[in-house]
Amino acid sequence: MEPQPVAAPEAPPNEAWQRVQLARHPKRPHTLDYIQRLFTEFHEIHGDRSYGDDPAIVSGMGFFEDRPVMIVGEQKGRDTKQKLYRNFGMPKPEGYRKAIRVMQVAAKFGRPIVTFLDTPGAYPGIDAEERGQAEAIARNLREMARINTPIVCICIGEGGSGGALALGVGNHVYLLENAIYSVISPESCAAIIYRESARAAEAAAALRLTAEDLLRLGLIDGIIPEPPGGAQEDADAAAACVRESLRWSLDQLGLLSAEEIVAHRYEKFRQMGNFFL
Amino acid sequence: MPWFKREKTIGTLEAGAKSVRTEGLWLKCEGCRQIIWKKDLEANHQVCPKCENHSRIDAAARLALLFDGEYEVLDAGLTSSDPLDFVDSKPYRERLASMRSATGLTDALISACGTLEGRPVQICSMEPKFIGGSMGCVVGEKITRAIERSIAQRAPLIIVSASGGARMQEGAISLMQMAKISGALMRLDQAAITYISVLTDQTTGGVTASFAMLGDLNIAEPGALIGFAGPRVIEQTIRQKLPDGFQRSEFLLKHGMLDDVVPRKELKPYIATALRFFCGPV
Ligand SMILES: [Zn+2]
Repeated sequence: MEPQPVAAPEAPPNEAWQRVQLARHPKRPHTLDYIQRLFTEFHEIHGDRSYGDDPAIVSGMGFFEDRPVMIVGEQKGRDTKQKLYRNFGMPKPEGYRKAIRVMQVAAKFGRPIVTFLDTPGAYPGIDAEERGQAEAIARNLREMARINTPIVCICIGEGGSGGALALGVGNHVYLLENAIYSVISPESCAAIIYRESARAAEAAAALRLTAEDLLRLGLIDGIIPEPPGGAQEDADAAAACVRESLRWSLDQLGLLSAEEIVAHRYEKFRQMGNFFL
Repeated sequence: MPWFKREKTIGTLEAGAKSVRTEGLWLKCEGCRQIIWKKDLEANHQVCPKCENHSRIDAAARLALLFDGEYEVLDAGLTSSDPLDFVDSKPYRERLASMRSATGLTDALISACGTLEGRPVQICSMEPKFIGGSMGCVVGEKITRAIERSIAQRAPLIIVSASGGARMQEGAISLMQMAKISGALMRLDQAAITYISVLTDQTTGGVTASFAMLGDLNIAEPGALIGFAGPRVIEQTIRQKLPDGFQRSEFLLKHGMLDDVVPRKELKPYIATALRFFCGPV
């Protein structure tokens, strides 16, 4: 093998890897835990009206402090049965198609949209490929750009690559303090660069996937604090933090016209990645 | 979305490439295993005259195939500043430098304008040999600028994809290029400027899951590997062998994901006809 990477194995406890562990913590609040705490009269809207209803994405109407908002989020399971039912939070094309369908109906009636990102990634399987996983994600990216009502995105755990981004084209995009957002899982990255998935911790550091990294790189708009020890210690307190940011964002974005909302979102993403020599 | 080194190199038949197995003027086709004249292959745009196997071609050869003659290369100097200070088996900066000397390009895409059967067009052509054709901030910016020029000049856009997806070495910056380009394509769509996406071997990951699937027409070369997840990732996930032909152009056509499969020699006339259909006579 070629020269070893600089990140020494005896480096001090790896902050990025600790965040990855917290982001995936089995007790971490999931989308439905936040929905329950933040919205009233939530009613789920099912199905893509084309193929099926993907349990890995939950969507529906609800009220946030009396304001009608459309909610879309990726849902992981808690116990084994739930995990299987939710496909470990890995959506299939019909999930993404449901998501954009409900966002479009929300926009039609001037309703803002709140999305929760929490997935290891879009499902990599035969059926997902057959039904156009790539096309579904691509369409969401383009069509979210067109939505003329405010979109607030909150990554509550794992922001797994295109599978998360497909719900992530927002006017304001937040990460919870211990959430991550990455182009590739640290394990897959390690398998490629070190030929060893066991070195995922080093890869996690190299990928700059923490909330602070992403904010510094201009890829997200804010970080939502978590209760001491992490969101898994106190779901109510975590939801209260989310509530503050969500209220602020909906207030601010509510001041913009429909045209301004589209332009605001477009200009933000247009500036991402200006790292040229 | 990872880019993977291919386990076997199909294609790259330029002199000196690894797949040159016989000496000098003869080559063994990876499709039919027959021995073919290198000159015959070149005359046929690297398509096997016996079995129609489409070998990969580089970004410049693709532009030569599509443009009428001379074309102007745009945004050629853009280079990534290595914003993550990324180090894998070697520092990303060194990897970029060695790719630059190997390909003569500063990143994995050539953006150019010229005419196609007399019609002014913008063409973005990906270079599969530059870190697997992967997309980082330079590819993202070059495509976005090409889209903006298409809108400003009302010139049709053609993007030829050949990419393993978003570039790992630029982390989430690469990922966000998917949203940036797709947003620009929303504006192109609103302006009703024709966009033809040409998918070639291989087009996977974040490239398929953004601009490659957003054409007014999405067409592919025969036998190209096209998908969201790479076949090895899928095999590891489902722990079973994938069916023959899975994620090839013909498979996507059958499942309704492509508008057509177009052989390389018919590519330019096909695009010219499509542009005449959508945009009217030149
Ligand atoms: Zn052949």
